[in-house]
Amino acid sequence: MIPSPVFAAVHVLPDPPLAWWTFIISTVVKMIVVFTVYMVGVAMLTLAERKISAWIQGRLGPNRVGGPLGLLQPAADGVKNIMKEETLPAHVNKPIFMLAPMLAFIPALMAAAVIPFGAPWDSRWGRIPMVIADLPVGFLFILAITSLGVYGIVLAGWSSNNKYALLGGLRSSAQMISYEIAMGMSLIPVLLLAGNVTLNAIIDQQASMHIWNVLTLTISFFIFMVAAFAETNRLPFDLPEAESELIAGYHTEYSAMKFSMFPISEYANMATSSAMMATLFFGGWDIPFTTQDNTSGVGLLMVLLSILIFAVKTGFFIFVFIWIRWTLPRFRYDQLMSLGWKTLLPLALAYIVIIAALLLALDYAGLQRGWLYGLSMLGVNAVLVFIVFFILDRGRIISPAYGRATPQQISRLRAVTAARSHLTAQSGD
Amino acid sequence: MAINVKVLARPVEEVSYVRATLKGMARTFKHLFDPDKVTIQYPEQKKDISKRWRGTHRMLTDETGKAKCVACGLCPTVCPSNCIKLVPGEDEQGNRYPLVFEIDEFRCIFCGYCQEVCPEEAIHVGRHYENSEYSREGFVYDLERLTAQTHPVCEMWDPADPKGE
Repeated sequence: MIPSPVFAAVHVLPDPPLAWWTFIISTVVKMIVVFTVYMVGVAMLTLAERKISAWIQGRLGPNRVGGPLGLLQPAADGVKNIMKEETLPAHVNKPIFMLAPMLAFIPALMAAAVIPFGAPWDSRWGRIPMVIADLPVGFLFILAITSLGVYGIVLAGWSSNNKYALLGGLRSSAQMISYEIAMGMSLIPVLLLAGNVTLNAIIDQQASMHIWNVLTLTISFFIFMVAAFAETNRLPFDLPEAESELIAGYHTEYSAMKFSMFPISEYANMATSSAMMATLFFGGWDIPFTTQDNTSGVGLLMVLLSILIFAVKTGFFIFVFIWIRWTLPRFRYDQLMSLGWKTLLPLALAYIVIIAALLLALDYAGLQRGWLYGLSMLGVNAVLVFIVFFILDRGRIISPAYGRATPQQISRLRAVTAARSHLTAQSGD
Repeated sequence: MAINVKVLARPVEEVSYVRATLKGMARTFKHLFDPDKVTIQYPEQKKDISKRWRGTHRMLTDETGKAKCVACGLCPTVCPSNCIKLVPGEDEQGNRYPLVFEIDEFRCIFCGYCQEVCPEEAIHVGRHYENSEYSREGFVYDLERLTAQTHPVCEMWDPADPKGE
């Protein structure tokens, strides 16, 4: 009989229910705080993006409002966007045109509701979880809600009645659907390891194994990160808004606040993806090398410290998003599709099989989910990482721009050309 | 594959994406903390321009504040773009002076021939580049405006010191 995974941490045990008024007050406070932090954070992200891009390119970046760091730049941008004219071109499908920015914006914010951002606080009113809605469906909810964001983009492209906007919307939907599969598949090893989809259970599993999932499930993290870049339409996957080809893609026809909803939702998605990465693969709010925050009786100070840890981890991934954007050039469309379908999806499927077999073997060996379990997974992972990054990644992950044609390919091309020349000669007569 | 396109063999065993990306990220990270920025904060900070910069003109004056020009007519003659308008006058002592001296800065090609040809070292091209005006007429500089300019003037090219060292 396979022993079912047992965790040392306490959060898996059902918490005593809160009094209804404590629940309502704490939830409302958490909602207000999270919403405010999110919106301010997104505003500061636009500044961070501009500053980091400037520094990477050897420039200074915005520094005219709010001191040398330009701290008031987001406020200035906001005022500018509110004061600008709301254009409503005559050829657009008005109801959908108005609806699309909201459809992009709302799911981006909704996903933030289920991400735990701190250790549960054992206050005098009971144990208050530091998450707005502690849903039992966990990250499935996030996957479902963030994939709704594609509607905003595709409807924006469609309703604009503009060929470039439509192409942007189409690209976005194709891209998001392709990478969603790889993203979902990359999370199955996490689910196998934790035996639960709730994010707090995944954090507990990482804390009880004393090892982050990024070390035990490295390939999953790699696939998830690549897919998250594609899902948030960030470079190197920002084909929906490729300036050089599509002027600005799906938001070409938008102006003022309706336009700025799209960047806001993009940054909010970025923050959500970063929080997901931190939670699923980097231990979430768990303070590394300590166990105090995982036991009962967590004081306010410990809660604040765990929130800080979570913010640092999330901030790091947001920085990685920006960093990658100013490092890599944009993918070609066929490279994007072949990476999603021909590399990431088979890789994720193979990884599921390997990890499932490994977990089964370790469970049969009678190992508890602890140090030894994590170390043996780490060992297997080191081998897999070597195979993927040093053997598979030899011009095979991204298809090259060109390659030497084989004699068979050349003869096939010649045959096709010959057949076509016959046709054109006929039609030319 | 188009015909007659030279296809180079790619060294597939040396090609990578992930490792090359990490290398690129290391490079951009180095630049992130590089204190050496290329930005010049323009209105406050200005770029040093060459000593031989040829910008909008300036007419030098003598001690009494009169233009040094003797209206010899060499500069309108040498000017390749025909942008100098000179009407000479003569006072009671027989000294020639310009009655009208106008330079159309829009026609001017800033070759500096006027400065080179001037026997009195009166007209100069200047080391100056901020010239915006609200009207086209503003770009026809008359004598009063040319003498009122205060910016430094161009140093002529010296064959003995071709690099200006």
